[in-house]
Amino acid sequence: MRWRTAIAFVLPALALYSVFIVYPLVSALADSFWTWEGTARTGFAGLDNFRSLFTQFPLNRQLRTAFWHTVIFFVGTMIVQNTFGLLIAVLLSERRFGKRFLQAAYALPYLIGALVVGYLWNLLLSPEFGPVNKAMSDVGLGSLTRAWLGDPSTALPVVILINAWHYIGFPILLFGAALAGLPQEYGDASRVDGANAWQRFRLITLPLLTPAIGLVSILTFISCFNAFELVYALSGTQGNQPTGPGGATDLLGLIFYRVAFQEGGENAIGQSSAIAALMFVLIFGVAVLANRYFRRREALLT
Amino acid sequence: MTAVSVEPEQAATPVPVPRRRTVRRSPGQRVAGGAAAVLLWGYLLVALVPLVVMVLDSFRSNTDVLSHPLGLPTSPSFDNYSFAWSQASFATYVQNSALVTVGAVVLDVGVSLPAAYALGRYAFRGGGVLTAYFLSGLMLPIRLGILPIFYLLGDFHMIDSRLGLILVYAASGIPFSVFILAAFFRGLPSEIEEAARIDGAGEFRIFLNVMLPLVRPAIATVVVFRFVPLWSDFFFPLVLLRTTSKYTLPVGLTQFFGEFQTNWSALFAGLVIATVPLVVLFVVASKQIVAGLTAGMSR
Repeated sequence: MRWRTAIAFVLPALALYSVFIVYPLVSALADSFWTWEGTARTGFAGLDNFRSLFTQFPLNRQLRTAFWHTVIFFVGTMIVQNTFGLLIAVLLSERRFGKRFLQAAYALPYLIGALVVGYLWNLLLSPEFGPVNKAMSDVGLGSLTRAWLGDPSTALPVVILINAWHYIGFPILLFGAALAGLPQEYGDASRVDGANAWQRFRLITLPLLTPAIGLVSILTFISCFNAFELVYALSGTQGNQPTGPGGATDLLGLIFYRVAFQEGGENAIGQSSAIAALMFVLIFGVAVLANRYFRRREALLT
Repeated sequence: MTAVSVEPEQAATPVPVPRRRTVRRSPGQRVAGGAAAVLLWGYLLVALVPLVVMVLDSFRSNTDVLSHPLGLPTSPSFDNYSFAWSQASFATYVQNSALVTVGAVVLDVGVSLPAAYALGRYAFRGGGVLTAYFLSGLMLPIRLGILPIFYLLGDFHMIDSRLGLILVYAASGIPFSVFILAAFFRGLPSEIEEAARIDGAGEFRIFLNVMLPLVRPAIATVVVFRFVPLWSDFFFPLVLLRTTSKYTLPVGLTQFFGEFQTNWSALFAGLVIATVPLVVLFVVASKQIVAGLTAGMSR
């Protein structure tokens, strides 16, 4: 293929991707270094926009809280969704009967969009009419019922559980495929050597799953730091107030949307671009570093 | 837990294990197997019951649902669906979602196929850099560019336009599509192509008539895998669309939930309408879904 022909083949995709994805991201980074009045660029700001994120009340407080909420959201999701997902995948891999059916059933919620999942659980968990509280009182747990999403102490944990319910099909399917691809001999050899089930899992299976665990962790990280729809539907948005009871479920993805489109201060573009730039560096940076780390772990194994 | 507490007792009074031709299992193993089954079938309920409640309640009357949220539909009716469909404009939302999603996937696959073909099968100057450039998009948090996207579409007079949404969606799918398709093109044998070349076919003919039919499985994976997130996306239409008549399902759903807060059975019907196309797709194409998920591992 001649060079000009090859470029002609690549050009449409290159143009579309560059104009609507790469240019906007680069331009958001650039915008963060300027001062804005509405949509007009008024002057070079240097790092002022970034500084204001950490000094301007109440934005600085809200950002710090949202950051830690997002970290808790990510860690909680890793623990609940991915370890439980791994456990289920391992148990499924040892079954012959019902394996495919169970796998498909677990993955069903994964197909549904986060907004629909949020609205569904919003109804299910409703304090007065919700089936969850109703079912709990029916079995004699009436004293434990509460406004799950309206109580600051339970709102974020409940969001984590719902998120895990939504996405658990992903680790189950992915770990399932990885487990099916493992060479049988290692397990057989260690069984002959007298290793028990836990030792076989801990010393043979787990290390061999490193690439799959790496991939799941990185994608979970990206999706948690981008999360928006689920909480939007679960907690509702109250204008420019932090999301959730007492701001208990305010995540970085929500605060970014709010500063860009709701709070609408004079310098909304500058500040929201600065938030975007920081989130970009955080998400992309961690994803790249984690990718490199897991690759090195993988290389050490072989 | 059960396995741990039961095992010593079992060990103290050894039960004669009947000889079986299959693999012999100790009592401990059998208890562990039982615990695993309880866990697996138990979690099945957790996964499905919320969805079952959603479907059942959508066929009941609202007074029923509000007084007994966990009941069965005694006299099932489609009233909630006809209400959502005609009076709450779900017909329009579904049409818009279908138009935008299908349009974006077609455009995405249409531009990604030739690009993936050139990048996957030929070594040319700049090819490696271009591949890396496309693949870097797999991990980009695209939403963070929403403000520049908004002003860019403004310059093209495409705010509140379904076409604008299609362009953004198609572009956002290119990294994944190129990644999957290029890997597939790379794996095709070169003999067929050489034969076609000897017969005097031009580059474009080879691509269109010889190569495209061979990558159909990969195209199916890409189509399924891009359809699902686009059908459910809420963030971009929330920012980019203004008029109710142009709303896609997720934005329409938000409007619906705001307007009919107390009409629960209708709300459930709305959720079912948004979900059904995805479930149908899953049933039809679960093979492609698993293929797309695991493709990420060979990255």
